[in-house]
Amino acid sequence: MTAKQTGAIGAHNAKVMNRFELTKRLVGRLKRDEAVIGGIGNNNFDLWASGQRPQNFYMLGSMGLTIPIAFGVAIAQPQRHVVALEGDGSLLMELSCLSTVAMQAPKNLTIVVWDNGIYQITGGQPTASAAAADLVAIARGSGIANSAWAADEDDFDRLFAAALKGGPSLIAVRIDNKPGVGTTDRDPVQIRTRFMQGLGVKR
Amino acid sequence: MTETQTRAASWHETVLAGLKNNNVKLVTYVPDRVLTPLIKALHDDPFFTVFACTREEEAIGIVTGAWMGGLHGAVLMQTSGFATLPNALASLVVPSQIPALIFVSERGTLGEFNLGQAMVCKTMRPVLDALGMESHTITRQDELAFIIDRSIKQAVATQAPVTFILSPLLTGGKVFEA
Repeated sequence: MTAKQTGAIGAHNAKVMNRFELTKRLVGRLKRDEAVIGGIGNNNFDLWASGQRPQNFYMLGSMGLTIPIAFGVAIAQPQRHVVALEGDGSLLMELSCLSTVAMQAPKNLTIVVWDNGIYQITGGQPTASAAAADLVAIARGSGIANSAWAADEDDFDRLFAAALKGGPSLIAVRIDNKPGVGTTDRDPVQIRTRFMQGLGVKR
Repeated sequence: MTETQTRAASWHETVLAGLKNNNVKLVTYVPDRVLTPLIKALHDDPFFTVFACTREEEAIGIVTGAWMGGLHGAVLMQTSGFATLPNALASLVVPSQIPALIFVSERGTLGEFNLGQAMVCKTMRPVLDALGMESHTITRQDELAFIIDRSIKQAVATQAPVTFILSPLLTGGKVFEA
């Protein structure tokens, strides 16, 4: 087997892609009203710019809680797949949530980590993933066995399609440092209300 | 009648019943010695989905997501854990109007033996007040069911979190063993 087939590609081999392009690609492959939780900063800016689906939630603060929020939605709605879009800096802040996810093993949860190796929105300071930490190795070590780097766009498609069939899964994507394309309208109640309507919880 | 029907209910039985009667099915927690009988009873009751989290803010994030997905949840922690929450409360739970139910086993008072616990306890009520969050310090078993039942209903109706501070006067607290 090739390294790619075994999921053994490392961060250093992965193609550097663009978050907005990959976000559009990801959203375009959602066919069953899957929920998407956009993490703090540029993650949710690009999710916003990709089109405001009612099943999108845009996190405005609470750095590190993208995955716990997504996990909570996944618990509440086991028939719906939930995707968490998280950044490298945010994930590093709350790494231990990976082990909680692994312990509970929700089948309907996919974690996508956009890794540009910087705290982009605060001025581009380097994160540990730039030089030392391998986020996929951490995820595997936390118990999420189905964790992999996306080698390129096609590989991302393949990994994401597989993740939607059953989780929990983590897909890490090396991205460039281009800023987010849009800016989320920062109205927490409106975001929460639309999201609950999108999930069929609220009229 | 069974023994449980004839004797007075313990505080943890009353908390469990209050959650169940209000269809609060999800409980996330960070362990605490005083809360142990409640945690054990929740685990033993198939009505509840209950599991430990690594951090209190993780536990509250999960409950927030679950509420948006249509499942009401409560979070259990001790006083020092509450002190890790202000950012999650101020930037997620309060502005998003999430009726999170937060149960805090109160340490740091009425016989505390750890200075760190005594200090961190002093931060809890000022944080709750600064955020304008409803909270109740519960000291008496005969008031517990009423406070929990009415407050859960108020949390849902007003879309606001509520914190229940379980005093050592109610639970017995953690006793210093010299």
